[in-house]
Amino acid sequence: MANQSYLKALNRALGDEMARDPAVCVFGEDVRSAATNVTAGLLGRFGPQRVLDTPICEQAFTGFATGAALAGLRPLIEYQIPALLFLAFEQIADQAHKVSLMTGGQARVPVTYLVTGSGSREGWAGQHSDHPYSLFAHIGVKTVVPATVRDAYGLLVSAIRDDDPVVLFAPSGAMRRREDVDFAEVAPVPLGVGRVQRPGTQVTVVAIGHLVHDALAVADELAEEVSVEVFDPRTVHPFDWSGLAASLGRTGRLVVFDDANRSCGIGGEVVATAAEGMRLIAPPRRVTRPDGAVLPFALQLDRALQPSREQLRAAILASVGSTQLAGAAHG
Amino acid sequence: MVPKPSSADLNRADLYRTVRLIRRFEERAIELVRSGVIVGGIHPYIGQEAIAAGVCAALRRDDFITSTHRGHGHVLAKGADPARMLAELAGRVTGLNRGRGGSMHAADFAVGILGADAIVGAAAPIAAGAAWASRQAGADRVTAAFFGDGAVNQGVLLETFNLAALWRVPVVFVCENNGFATSTRTGDAVAGTIVGRGEAFGIPARTVDGMDPESVYEATAEAVARSRAGDGPSLLECVTYRFDAHHTFEYAARPRYRSAEEVETARARDPLDIQGSRLSGAARARIDAEIEELLAEAVLFATGSPHPDPDSALDYLYADGTRTRSGVG
Repeated sequence: MANQSYLKALNRALGDEMARDPAVCVFGEDVRSAATNVTAGLLGRFGPQRVLDTPICEQAFTGFATGAALAGLRPLIEYQIPALLFLAFEQIADQAHKVSLMTGGQARVPVTYLVTGSGSREGWAGQHSDHPYSLFAHIGVKTVVPATVRDAYGLLVSAIRDDDPVVLFAPSGAMRRREDVDFAEVAPVPLGVGRVQRPGTQVTVVAIGHLVHDALAVADELAEEVSVEVFDPRTVHPFDWSGLAASLGRTGRLVVFDDANRSCGIGGEVVATAAEGMRLIAPPRRVTRPDGAVLPFALQLDRALQPSREQLRAAILASVGSTQLAGAAHG
Repeated sequence: MVPKPSSADLNRADLYRTVRLIRRFEERAIELVRSGVIVGGIHPYIGQEAIAAGVCAALRRDDFITSTHRGHGHVLAKGADPARMLAELAGRVTGLNRGRGGSMHAADFAVGILGADAIVGAAAPIAAGAAWASRQAGADRVTAAFFGDGAVNQGVLLETFNLAALWRVPVVFVCENNGFATSTRTGDAVAGTIVGRGEAFGIPARTVDGMDPESVYEATAEAVARSRAGDGPSLLECVTYRFDAHHTFEYAARPRYRSAEEVETARARDPLDIQGSRLSGAARARIDAEIEELLAEAVLFATGSPHPDPDSALDYLYADGTRTRSGVG
């Protein structure tokens, strides 16, 4: 079993799907030279008709992929910068996403939008550091944020095979992760199914993307004091609500660790849904970016606005503390 | 060398039939808007029929089109069933889109209608992508992308011109210059020229009399032949005039952007009469009667069709049947 990187997982998944299905093709900026390495080797293997360097015109090439999908292809678009999704947003949210419903099921748009390096990558400043998965979840586009090498492979395979548009955010904070894994043995990971990355009994931490690893680290640090369960939804839309309910059934306490702006982020939806109908014995908490955050350039400022391990630790302890008091009152 | 379209390919009566069908369809639809059967109103195509008729006459059944918010003419000319189209406008389950699309989003993939798009210019890249994929599959299918003069200042359209020219995509860009982007005159919105935008990207572009179905047909046939031969995209600027409202809301809102005299002057060149004058009176009357019968049946079909079940409102949201949460509970 080889030690593989997250980036290699994406590259391998894409290559495997292109080999399996001749309808899969790749559009994007600098995909032939593989500027991000996600598409490394694909031009040589599959040729220039399936690996297309586009001019810099995000709206047009995003719509172009929709049209190619309507005519039978299964395109993947790579965006090197998360903010490029804002340029393409109309073509994804208002065009590709609406085709199935508006045509009364006549057509489907199997396009995968791959964001290579979402969230802060330290020093890339305001226009390269967004992590806008909540925006797509809100609109209703299938949205996945793999945390692990294994899931990066399994979720990208599923995203490409899915008959609807799917946005896959590969967090910058997860891109350098490595795992011992044999990709040939990894099954596709179904969309909409979360995973308990670490079992626990007292607090459920819902962590998204690269923050799963920070949550695991904090859970280990606190192991003597608190039993923390780390729940990784893996797909933020559709969300694995039954998986969350099962976890809260065990713990009754919820902390959401979400690298999104606070207001209208997916973390708010997780808290609201839990409050509406799941088992909670303590007030739920969120650790997120601030409301409407723009990440400043300087490293200290950039980090100051991202959810941190220290904030998570405090939230976990506060969650347990608040119920220990409540528990004491109940005798 | 692109072969010249043969006049033998042109059926004058068929062109007239299409123009007449669209005109009367729109008039019947406006009646249904006024009577409340069609909710939300329509963007009437009246005055512009020569373009849809001429363009689609030069296309094969398996060719693709993308349409616009003012799209009824395109959809009918490409061969969709008028009864199912009318049922769609009336929001019935028998409609082309099962009542999920309505006036601005009619689609019929069985005859190559990839859908009408209500965001100005936004269907252009979709058309180009479909055209490109058709060629990748080895087909000689051509795609026609309809849009209005309002679209020529949209970045996405100009981006698409670049991509289509660069990759020699078999797409015919059909600009319907009806003089107005809603109420803004073309001259108040467009710097340079419309054909100049195509020429800047090396796309063969010409201005066509958009009131004459045969002129539109001939220009389109030439452009289609160029695309089928592998010589890439073309741009046709079809100069026309919208006789009716931008949208039926104008009947109540009465925005002031043109005079009644201006509209009357434009009506002197009515595509219905331009094409009708090429037929004998008897032939024209026969077609008119056919169309009346067809539309009477279409109205009966549409108004007699069931409304959708409210419980099915989320059907087709996801192609694979994924069900997400409802808004309550």
